[in-house]
Amino acid sequence: MRIYVCVKQVPDTSGKVAVNPDGTLNRGSMSTIINPDDMIAIEQALKLKDELGCGVTAITMGPPQAEKMLREILAMGADDGVLISSREFGGSDTFATSQIIAAAITHLGISDEDIIFCGRQAIDGDTAQVGPQIAEKLNIPQVTYAATIKKEDKKLAIKRMLEDGYMMVEVKTPCLITCVKEDNILPRYMTINGIMECYKKPLTVLDFEALKEEPLIDIDTIGLKGSPTNIFKSFTPPQKGVGIMLEGDGKEAVAQLTSKLEKLHVI
Amino acid sequence: MDFSLTREQEMIKRLAGQFAQEVLEPVAADVDIDHTFPVDNFKKMADIGFTGIGVPKEYGGSGGGALEEVLAVSEFAKKCMSSAAILSIHLIAPHAIYKFGNEEQKQKFLPRLTKGGSLGAFALTEPNAGSDAGAAKTTAILDPGTNEYVLNGTKCFISGGSRADILLIFALTQPEKGLKGMSAIIVEKGTPGFSIGKVESKMGLSGSETAELIFEDCRVPVSNLLGKEGQGFKIAMQALDGARIGTGAQGVGVAEGALELSVKYTKERVQFGKPIGALQGIQWYIADMATKTEAAKALVYFAAYLKDADKPHTTEAAMCKLNAAENARFVTNLALQIHGGYGYMKDYPLERMYRDAKITEIYEGTSEIHKVVIARAVMK
Repeated sequence: MRIYVCVKQVPDTSGKVAVNPDGTLNRGSMSTIINPDDMIAIEQALKLKDELGCGVTAITMGPPQAEKMLREILAMGADDGVLISSREFGGSDTFATSQIIAAAITHLGISDEDIIFCGRQAIDGDTAQVGPQIAEKLNIPQVTYAATIKKEDKKLAIKRMLEDGYMMVEVKTPCLITCVKEDNILPRYMTINGIMECYKKPLTVLDFEALKEEPLIDIDTIGLKGSPTNIFKSFTPPQKGVGIMLEGDGKEAVAQLTSKLEKLHVI
Repeated sequence: MDFSLTREQEMIKRLAGQFAQEVLEPVAADVDIDHTFPVDNFKKMADIGFTGIGVPKEYGGSGGGALEEVLAVSEFAKKCMSSAAILSIHLIAPHAIYKFGNEEQKQKFLPRLTKGGSLGAFALTEPNAGSDAGAAKTTAILDPGTNEYVLNGTKCFISGGSRADILLIFALTQPEKGLKGMSAIIVEKGTPGFSIGKVESKMGLSGSETAELIFEDCRVPVSNLLGKEGQGFKIAMQALDGARIGTGAQGVGVAEGALELSVKYTKERVQFGKPIGALQGIQWYIADMATKTEAAKALVYFAAYLKDADKPHTTEAAMCKLNAAENARFVTNLALQIHGGYGYMKDYPLERMYRDAKITEIYEGTSEIHKVVIARAVMK
C-alpha cells in the first residue's frame, strides 16, 4: 500500500501580493508556501502512515525550485518525493496539469490498495479541479471535501464536510481523496531528525522524456498548447457596500426595512 | 570563508521561527505574568527534537551541534526568552553526559533527556559560591559500604531546578582538595534526601522556574558519577563554554525580536503628521540596533563554528556571550524607548523583553567574570 500526496507551491498571500500589468500573479517576486489545503492532505496521509506503516510519496509539478517544498514534506515524515518538471509542461492549466500528474502516477504504478490525497483547492487559482480530474483520468473513484478518513480493509470510511452538514461515504481503493481542514487536524511540524534526513531521502525528477511514452501524454494535451483555459481578464472585484443592521424586534425591523425600500423605490 | 548556512540549518531556523511564532509567542505573556514553567510547550519541543540537538540519533538525539542550537535558541528568544532559556539551559545536561558519560550513563539518561521530554538542569551555584565556584560547600562523600555518594548541601538560583528530572550536581567528593576535589554527579528527581527549596520570584525570565535545591543525606549510586572524581570543575567549565554560546544566542534573539518590533512600530506610529521612522533620530537608533545585533550574531555564530569544528573556543564563547548580553540590554532599552509609553505598558512585549534581556549579563557567568576570562586569554 502506498499513498501519493499531490501538493502545490503557491504564493504566500499573507504577505505582499504582486500582480503583473496583464493581471496575472507575479510569482517571481512573492515568497512561496505549501498550499494550506495540501498541508491537510499531507497530515492525513502521514496519520495513515503512523497507523498502517505504509509509504508516503509527495508529488508536485513545478519548476526545479519546488524541490525545497518536497524536502520539507520529507522532513515532516514522507518517504520519497517526485518532482514533475519540464519546459514542455509549462503553462499548463488544470486540465493539462491533471493529465500530466495522472500520467506520472501511472508511470510510478498504482495498485489496488493505493490512495491519492490532494488538498481541496489551491489558494492561487481556487479551482478545486486538479484532484477530481486526476481521478477521472486514472479512472478511479474520488471523494471530495474529506474531513476524516478511516481505513477498513480495502475500503475507506470518509466523513465529507459539506456546506450544510456532513456526509458519510465508503469508497474502495484505489481512490483519490481531496481534503478539507477540520478544526482538530493540524499539520505536523517538521522534526529536527526529519530535517537532518530529508536530503538523503530519494527524490525522483520526471521530465517530458521520462513520461512521453505514457498514453495520457500527448503534446496537444499538455503545457500551454494543451490547456483549453484562457484568462481574458483578471480584476479585483469591487468591494460590496457596508451592510445596515436594523435594530428592534421583528415588527419594528420590518417597518424600517419597508420604509428604506420604499425610499429606494424598490417597493 | 563561507558565511552561508547549510540547507538543513536554513530549515531548522525556519522551523524554529515558525514554532516560536505559533506555539511560544501566544503564551509568552502568560508565562511571564503567572511565573509558570510552560510544561506543554517543553513537551512539544521534545516531540520535534529541539531538546535533542547536539546529541547523536543513536541516543535519541537529533544530531547537529552548537550552530543548530544557536539557530533554535535565537528564534525562540525573538518571541519568548523564557522558552529560549529553558531549551538552552536544558541542553547543558545532555551535552555534558554525551561528552563525559560512560556508555551505560548515555544509554540510561540521554534518550530521556533528548526525545523523552525529561528536563535537565545544571547545578553549580551556591549561596556563597557564585562567580567564585571554588567556594562551593556541597559535599558528596562516598559510603564504601553501600557504594553510594551521600550528598549534603544547598544549591541556589538553579534554572528549571524545581521542574528538572535529571540534574547535574557539582559537589565536593574530596572537600580537602577544594576545586580539585569537585565532581559531577547525576541526581534524579525524587531521590530521597533531595528536595526543592525556595522557587525564586525574579525580575524577568519568569517562565524558567529558578529554584533552590536542598540535599540532606541524599544517597546516589556511585554509577551516577560523571567522568572521574575530581573532574567536576573541568566538566563544569567546559559545559559553561557551550552554555555561554547558548546565552549569546538568547541575547541575539531577544535583540532581533525587539528590533523587528521597533521597525514595525516606527512605520506605523504617526507623530507630527508622519511616521516616527521618518525622523532621523529614530533612524539612527534603528541603525545602531541593527548594526550591533548583526555584529553580536556574527560573533555567536563564530564561537559556535569553533565548537563544532572541535577547536578551542573558551575565549570566543566568553566574548560572544559578553557582547551579545550587553547588546541585548542596549537594544531592548532603545526598543522600549522607541515605543515610548506603550513600550512601558504590559500590553506590549517590550517591557518583558527588557527585563528578560538583563539576565544574559548575569547568568552563566557575569559580564565581569567574562572579562576576567577574556583578559586572561588575551594578555597571557
